[in-house]
Amino acid sequence: MDKPLSRPTDWTRRGVIAAGTAAMSLFVPGVAEATPDDLENAIRDLFGDRPLSEGRVVVGLPPIAENGNSVALNISVDSPMTPEDHVRQIVVLSPRNPIATLAQFRLSPSVARADISTRVRLAGTQTVRVVAEISDGSLWTGKASTYVTLAACVIG
Amino acid sequence: MRAAFAFLLGTLAACNPQPANTGAEMDLPRGVVRSGYEFLQPETRILQDDDFENPGLLWVQQGAVLFETPMQGGPACASCHGEGGRLLTGAAAHYPAMESQSGELVNLEGRINLCRERYQGAPALAYESSELLALTAYTASLARGMEQSVNITGAAAPYYDAGRAYFFARKGQYNLSCHQCHDENWGRQLRGDTISQGHGNAFPAYRLEWQDFGSLHRRLRDCDSGIRAEPLPYGSETYVAVELYLAKRAEGLVMESPGVRR
Amino acid sequence: MAVIRISAPETAEKNEVIEIKAMIQHPMETGYRRDERGDVIPRDIITNFRCGYNGEIVFEAEFLPGIAANPFLTFYLRATHSGSLNMSWTDQDGQSWSATHALTVA
Repeated sequence: MDKPLSRPTDWTRRGVIAAGTAAMSLFVPGVAEATPDDLENAIRDLFGDRPLSEGRVVVGLPPIAENGNSVALNISVDSPMTPEDHVRQIVVLSPRNPIATLAQFRLSPSVARADISTRVRLAGTQTVRVVAEISDGSLWTGKASTYVTLAACVIG
Repeated sequence: MRAAFAFLLGTLAACNPQPANTGAEMDLPRGVVRSGYEFLQPETRILQDDDFENPGLLWVQQGAVLFETPMQGGPACASCHGEGGRLLTGAAAHYPAMESQSGELVNLEGRINLCRERYQGAPALAYESSELLALTAYTASLARGMEQSVNITGAAAPYYDAGRAYFFARKGQYNLSCHQCHDENWGRQLRGDTISQGHGNAFPAYRLEWQDFGSLHRRLRDCDSGIRAEPLPYGSETYVAVELYLAKRAEGLVMESPGVRR
Repeated sequence: MAVIRISAPETAEKNEVIEIKAMIQHPMETGYRRDERGDVIPRDIITNFRCGYNGEIVFEAEFLPGIAANPFLTFYLRATHSGSLNMSWTDQDGQSWSATHALTVA
């Protein structure tokens, strides 16, 4: 995963080019990247083979993320949030990041509304999946996509 | 034919009162000055405008605390400049400015360090140190929403000329000048970006690319390395001069620090 | 010194839904970046966030490197009784930071 990079000893012209290439490789697929399989495996590790239903989970991402380092993410789950019927857990998953799981949230019934906002890193254009576990044990899933654009200049 | 040529020369001379190093460049016309804010995606603009979520406010908050804290060998910033920076309101909009004692042009970072060394018995802070970023963030925030307005006359004039010369000079492996992107091609696409006019009015700013808060000099260093030119050291006299040129060039824009940029 | 920002109401009606915003200054270094010399910058992340309401944990988050620098959260609580809201962040090495917010429920 972490291939050794050529390390220029002095800032010769060739060294600068090598360093530039090394810096770029951080953004090139293949350095460290999850696959859709990793996403499925992460869900299986957490919830086994329990059935997953589409719905109840709404995921919000901007249509275009001008930098993948910080992308606004909103999750809301349709739930009354009472002691008898509430969202117990929410998991955010990526099919493309180095680690498929981005975050996990645990909610108590004191959380009045199953609505969470945060900011995530997205290593490229992708569809983010969210799985919510309800207090009755049922699992619900929703997703949202965003285009992550490339900056004009590569620094490095 | 000869008449047309003479007319062209006349037009160039009228638009370009200052000599430039290659002769044909023009400054950004006054009427089209647009903040980098306008080139951001709506979500990034919302982030800058949010009174809570703008990450730069973390540095402003830290700076507000440092500002009121007495130094071991001297007074707190607030002892001279008033509680809550009352007496510094708007000051940052006039930087860089000439410093009367040394006769040199100083930016906000330089001014803060002069205060520390002269009046507070404290050592100068390093560029991009968390304390210097916090103090510049805080003092710049006291001028948020005010128009940038710098003095480029008298002793400041040679600095302005030097800053402008740097802006127009082609450099690096790409042989590009700041002017070629930010005067001649702003508003056009370069990969996923829209090229901005290259103003500094959001700085010090939180840059998504850095995932961090940083000074204008850090941004200038990024531009220089982006065109594969060797970046100048932090706080270099040339970068401070470029800051002065940029501030004058951005006249009419308001201070946005703590800004958010991509 | 980690700067913390909390936004929450100081007073609320009984059973009112209140919005809580919390942010902490932290690089959330992923462990995938390299410095100018090409050396890997070691991972340094906050792994856990907790919100306690009068000592009871009501909301918890586990962060992985996919959470952006200076982690930010918005969530909602039901104001049931006066007391304190305690937000705490813990990093991978067990170091933690916290802030307390007083809430009065009428």
